[in-house]
Amino acid sequence: MSYDYAKYLRKGKLPHIWCAGCSYGIVLKSLIRAIDSLQWDKNDVAIVSGIGCASRLPGYVDFNTLHTTHGRSIAFATGLKLANPKLNVLAMGGDGDMTAIGGNHFIHACRRNLDITIFVFNNNIYGMTGAQYSPTTPKGAWATTSPYGMAENNFNITDLAIGAGATYVARTTAYHVAHCEKTMKEAFLHKGTSVVEIINSCPTGFGRKNKFKTPASMLMWMKDNAVNIEKAKNMSPEELAGKFIIGVLHKVERPEYLETYDATVGLKK
Amino acid sequence: MAKAEKIEIIEKWCKGCEICVEFCPTGAIEMRDFKVAIKDLEKCTACMQCELRCPDFAIIVYKKEKE
Repeated sequence: MSYDYAKYLRKGKLPHIWCAGCSYGIVLKSLIRAIDSLQWDKNDVAIVSGIGCASRLPGYVDFNTLHTTHGRSIAFATGLKLANPKLNVLAMGGDGDMTAIGGNHFIHACRRNLDITIFVFNNNIYGMTGAQYSPTTPKGAWATTSPYGMAENNFNITDLAIGAGATYVARTTAYHVAHCEKTMKEAFLHKGTSVVEIINSCPTGFGRKNKFKTPASMLMWMKDNAVNIEKAKNMSPEELAGKFIIGVLHKVERPEYLETYDATVGLKK
Repeated sequence: MAKAEKIEIIEKWCKGCEICVEFCPTGAIEMRDFKVAIKDLEKCTACMQCELRCPDFAIIVYKKEKE
């Protein structure tokens, strides 16, 4: 046994609802290891989620957890952090939950720079409702609502977060388990809004119809197409075509919202 | 080389996605009736890839202590 997850799991809730081969379980394990390595008390962590496959995650872990309305995880998380600044608040959801239904909350949380952590589980599809295309479905990819291939351009979640003003933006994948754990840990420790996009796989909704024969082949696709940011610096745009960059993409220091708010209303001189 | 003392499989939680079998570098585990099963415990090098990548918390490898 390399690591005992039992301490942080609500074992009565397992097995989880995710399909066979869904990578969310792998990311959940990375998340548990990341929080455990920070030695935080269970009562000091709050995980807030919206609606969707990814948003079922808080149900399986034994922290303060909140399952909210579609796309509103960040709104609830903001309230939670303002009411109890001592909490370490994590808002998480899928790509549809965060960038389509909750898109407005997402950009304004980035702009506000409140000290919360946002994880976006990007599996390129709305898995739970029957594989409709989401804002992150790649061009040409099959979905039930794009049977001839996706015609629209897709969102780049990290670019969106950087543009909106997040102070820590990183990307990792479900395949790179150790990198995922390290990135999550850094995001938790960063003061200000930190956004981590985690590339995931949906074998049932996306993979089956997009030429991925097995769940493992989707993980191997991540391995083959992810380029570390340090390596990408020495690569030409032609070499990077079709690949995606993982690592810390953006990190700056900006005044945190709670401090500026307290100073503005005169709570702190 | 490290060896495994025991591989525990929680069949109730295994959904048979085959990720563990495909990532196993020595072929110590296999699929049997849509669930993971031990093929040859002797082959296991306790690399923990199956345990690390199982999305369902269904496989646990116990490393043999050095003699």
